[in-house]
Amino acid sequence: MRSVMFRFHVCAGEIFELKAELNSDKKEKKKEAVKKVIASMTVGKDVSALFPDVVNCMQTDNLELKKLVYLYLMNYAKSQPDMAIMAVNTFVKDCEDPNPLIRALAVRTMGCIRVDKITEYLCEPLRKCLKDEDPYVRKTAAVCVAKLHDINAQLVEDQGFLDTLKDLISDSNPMVVANAVAALSEIAESHPNSNLLDLNPQSINKLLTALNECTEWGQIFILDCLANYTPRDDRESQSICERVTPRLSHANSAVVLSAVKVLMKFMEMLPKDLDYYGTLLKKLAPPLVTLLSAEPELQYVALRNINLIVQKRPEILKHEMKVFFVKYNDPIYVKLEKLDIMIRLASQANIAQVLAELKEYATEVDVDFVRKAVRAIGRCAIKVEQSAERCVSTLLDLIQTKVNYVVQEAIVVIKDIFRKYPNKYESVIATLCENLDSLDEPEARAAMIWIVGEYAERIDNADELLESFLEGFHDESTQVQLQLLTAIVKLFLKKPTETQELVQQVLSLATQDSDNPDLRDRGYIYWRLLSTDPVAAKEVVLAEKPLISEETDLIEPTLLEELICHIGTLASVYHKPPSAFVEGSRGVMHKRLPAQGTECPDVGNAAGGSAPEAAPSIIPSQGDLLGDLLNLDLAPPTTPAVLLPLVWLPAMKAKGLEISGTFARRAGVIQMELVLTNKAMSVMTDFAIQFNRNSFGLAPAGPLQVLTPLGPNQTIEVSLPLSTVGPVMKMDPLNNLQVAVKNNIDVFYFSCQYPISMLFVEDGKMERQVFLATWKDIPNDNESQFQIQDCHLNSASNKLQGSNIFTIAKRTVEGQDMLYMSIKLSNGIWVLAELKVQAGNPNYTISLKCRAPEVSQCVFQCYEAVLKN
Amino acid sequence: MIGGLFIYNHKGEVLTSRVYRDDIGRNAVDAFRVNVIHARQQVRSPVTNIARTSFFHVKRSNIWLAVVTKQNVNAAMVFEFLYKMCDVMASYFGKISEENIKNNFVLIYELLDEILDFGYPQNSETGSLKTFITQQGIKGQHQTKEEQSQITSQVTGQIGWRREGIKYRRNELFLDVLESVNLLMSPQGQVLSAHVSGRVVMKSYLSGMPECKFGMNDKIIIDKAGKGGVTNEAGKSTSGKQSIAIDDCTFNQCVRLSKFDSERSISFIPPDGEYELMRYRTTKDIILPFRVIPLVREVGRTKLEVKVVIKSNFKPSLLAQKIEVRIPTPLNTSGVQVICMKGKAKYKASENAIVWKIKRMAGMKESQISAEIELLPTNDKKKWARPPISMNFEVPFAPSGLKVRYLKVFESKLNYSDHDVIKWVRYIGRSGIYETRC
Repeated sequence: MRSVMFRFHVCAGEIFELKAELNSDKKEKKKEAVKKVIASMTVGKDVSALFPDVVNCMQTDNLELKKLVYLYLMNYAKSQPDMAIMAVNTFVKDCEDPNPLIRALAVRTMGCIRVDKITEYLCEPLRKCLKDEDPYVRKTAAVCVAKLHDINAQLVEDQGFLDTLKDLISDSNPMVVANAVAALSEIAESHPNSNLLDLNPQSINKLLTALNECTEWGQIFILDCLANYTPRDDRESQSICERVTPRLSHANSAVVLSAVKVLMKFMEMLPKDLDYYGTLLKKLAPPLVTLLSAEPELQYVALRNINLIVQKRPEILKHEMKVFFVKYNDPIYVKLEKLDIMIRLASQANIAQVLAELKEYATEVDVDFVRKAVRAIGRCAIKVEQSAERCVSTLLDLIQTKVNYVVQEAIVVIKDIFRKYPNKYESVIATLCENLDSLDEPEARAAMIWIVGEYAERIDNADELLESFLEGFHDESTQVQLQLLTAIVKLFLKKPTETQELVQQVLSLATQDSDNPDLRDRGYIYWRLLSTDPVAAKEVVLAEKPLISEETDLIEPTLLEELICHIGTLASVYHKPPSAFVEGSRGVMHKRLPAQGTECPDVGNAAGGSAPEAAPSIIPSQGDLLGDLLNLDLAPPTTPAVLLPLVWLPAMKAKGLEISGTFARRAGVIQMELVLTNKAMSVMTDFAIQFNRNSFGLAPAGPLQVLTPLGPNQTIEVSLPLSTVGPVMKMDPLNNLQVAVKNNIDVFYFSCQYPISMLFVEDGKMERQVFLATWKDIPNDNESQFQIQDCHLNSASNKLQGSNIFTIAKRTVEGQDMLYMSIKLSNGIWVLAELKVQAGNPNYTISLKCRAPEVSQCVFQCYEAVLKN
Repeated sequence: MIGGLFIYNHKGEVLTSRVYRDDIGRNAVDAFRVNVIHARQQVRSPVTNIARTSFFHVKRSNIWLAVVTKQNVNAAMVFEFLYKMCDVMASYFGKISEENIKNNFVLIYELLDEILDFGYPQNSETGSLKTFITQQGIKGQHQTKEEQSQITSQVTGQIGWRREGIKYRRNELFLDVLESVNLLMSPQGQVLSAHVSGRVVMKSYLSGMPECKFGMNDKIIIDKAGKGGVTNEAGKSTSGKQSIAIDDCTFNQCVRLSKFDSERSISFIPPDGEYELMRYRTTKDIILPFRVIPLVREVGRTKLEVKVVIKSNFKPSLLAQKIEVRIPTPLNTSGVQVICMKGKAKYKASENAIVWKIKRMAGMKESQISAEIELLPTNDKKKWARPPISMNFEVPFAPSGLKVRYLKVFESKLNYSDHDVIKWVRYIGRSGIYETRC
């Protein structure tokens, strides 16, 4: 306590001193004082009390002092909005200062002060600065429009700043053009269909001219903007490419990568037989290789992008294998990426070199890297048939080193090699079997078991080997259990006489003693197959397996196309679409590559908005199918109650879009069932959905599947699977969910409440002992009691089980039934319940105990809903 | 765009920060510290995503510079920006250290305000920044109106890197061709990969706005012009070849790229003072100045015999300098005896290597070192990874064979001609990553 007082005391003294200095007559003293204030600000001390004194220093013609004061203002204006108003006059005055540096400084700083009251005063000065005679002021004002738009988009539109900004694209100064492009691109991103960046051949021409003249950063802005344009035909596409290629020799890697993006995209439109097409392909390789001599962080970005480019157009870098060889001193993230690309480029022509390298890498120190190298050897074998033999012998050499993780990794890849080249390399099985005991990773164990099962007829002691795994069956991971089950069945079908006992043992382990549904199901299927029709069993279990593909880890083609449109950006580094890591409406729009030879329809706006393709036949989502199966399979009493849809967003509030919906849990998947109705006069397209952070981290598990445009008066039902791994924030009420739905018209927001029973997971049945212990362990303060009135039920527990509320025990005391139940929420919270039912009394009493007592109320509501329904 | 920039010391304390976007909260500062700086494992990527916020970082000595954003920014641009920021800071106050940053935070604030606007990089040329950054910069505050508008038009203009009205009594320029030669060789002496990455660094002290044209023995140009025409023989080195094949080159922003693309001529108005004109890369017909021949023999489980021969492979009249051969030793080394014919060799236990230094060595010579390494017996199953033998050196020629043919200077407005300019050329070849596996 004393130390806090002491610090405060010092601070107060300091502030007093600074105050005096700030009000000094001497300029130098003032300047030093403001510097001290900023110093305190930097180390996190609160110097906001000095606001009026600092603002007083603003009226000076000294540029240095002015800059210092502005710095201070930016930091504190938000916490002192009323005070900030005091500075407005000076700002407005500074915007007319004869010195262009001061004019620019004023308009730049004003834009950084995010106080509503100030923005009103900003409009007039900004309008003047946008038309200032000095380019430095104009380029600053251009960015300021984007700032203002971020604070108050409506204001920017109303004031007509967007049009002024568009005019700046034709400015005579290249830097002004570049900043205007940057600002417009950013604003356009938050209005995907606004047609803001009206790119046409004339404006493209202006951009290309400015490209030659502006700073390196400006070139990046312009190239990134160009990449959003779709040329009208291949001639235009070629002429843009011709003017962009010189950028490939720029010293700035970002300029190079953005140029590559434009070229990769526009190349799609060029006919492949064109001479220029070949020339362009050749021109792309050297700059990409040069990127690898940049600093390691940039190399990493470049390699992630090259990984995409190699998948899209392998011909570009096919002769450049050597540059991807790993250097001993490369940082690990560069090494791993290089290895990935080496595998992709491996071909018959270079396989010998690649293998020699990979073998070298397999003896390095970093475990991840070594594993990946071993895996890469396996992949080479699968990819290049001629090399398979050499790869296998290399892998055997590595197994001899007896380094545990190397051996395990090698066995995993050898399994794949066996699948690819059946009956070719079985001679190595003996060596593999020697290492059985050292395998401790599930993947390696599963691979080994698969091998033993697959080649059971050639391994004399196959039964012994498999039996040894069976001892600890329940401690194995699911992967191993499943593999073991299949392997033993295979063995039985091949050597029925000696292994009857073994197969029975595994079948009973799988079906009776396991609580894993996958394992049980597979066990039952085998059991029935074997008991009814052994011939059919043979056909099924020992069927010829489909060949595995040569390439693995390929990015799915539509995603790859989208990522190619994002070369150079974070999306290309993460290999994920921007919507996966960007919040809000920004970047939700999906980009696509243009198609070759097609004339772009006259849909004006280049980004999105192209005519919808023939709607693909709609495949019912997996959740639905499973739901059906479940309904067929299980007895009626456990069918969960279905909620009636509620109107969440009335058409009045959403420009004609009405959304009603409900939630359901099917086969362990939470579904948000949405009914979208178009009550407007125009067609709605481009639907997307986002959730705000919520108490249980609910988030859409996939995009909103509205594939056809929604015409007027049409209704569509969509079910959106939800995951529970999104960002978490406690809401009030707890089960509140804030949703944003976007379509081509606007973004709409609504909130709804989901029944908490959606979050009750299927494995919520607690062991009795655990229940007792937990019940005792949770403090009594966390217990809450509720009454459920007017309930007439015969078997509450069946009904509750349908909603994943599991009855663990039942006790009858003095004519009262006591039911003990457990619930597990998707985030792992357990709720324990005690339900008292007295014969003849329609009122039930329920006590809930939970470590997070705030959920009790919600859980109670859910009980009430289930029991009364 | 860039949401903010944080500078941390090695303990994870924030030295300076600047936030440009509202979506970046203070918790981002802590998120990076906890998840990256204080992370238990070594950093596995220079880009980290924590709770939908992306962090880009670079490290300079023990200072962390982190850019933070919530949008899909141009990642290459962010790193380029970070490197530029480091360059700019270094040119203002030298080494990027905690002390220098603390002493210059007002300057850093001012720079950050000018270099980035709303997260968009603006101007990062130290030359022009120095004309209007007030901290440590311009002393006289009272510029005339002309001067002010000259500053702004220069900052935003086509030639942002050079100001008007530069005057020198003596017009002079220095060209340094700096090359680093990289090699990876198998134990059998087979070249696995080799390339030269070179830079042409120019120091220009020229008056006015001179128009320059740079020429070198680029194969494409020479082939176009026919044979002959090699004008500058001053820096002739060991190789007799006339022209070299350049795989790729990149240029300073002053070079007119479209002209290079169409005519392959390098023309530009240079910045004043020192700057990097171009970078290039070659892989064909590289002169490898040294060859390393290793011989490692395991004698039982506790002894290694190592013999390494180095051969210099260039004209006998030239001298290589600062030669250093680094022979890695196993971790369980207990003692080393070395014998070398030339130079000094020492076993450095802390670096797990024998370091052999030779001050000078002429071309076409060879030298040898042999060592006996005693090993402690271990029961470690893992084999020693045998890192490659690496080498450092400096030679007075360009291993790529590059020659400067001319650098012409034209300044029509002032009365000096190309002949009046004093021009110097120097070639330095250094080892990059020069490794031989053993």
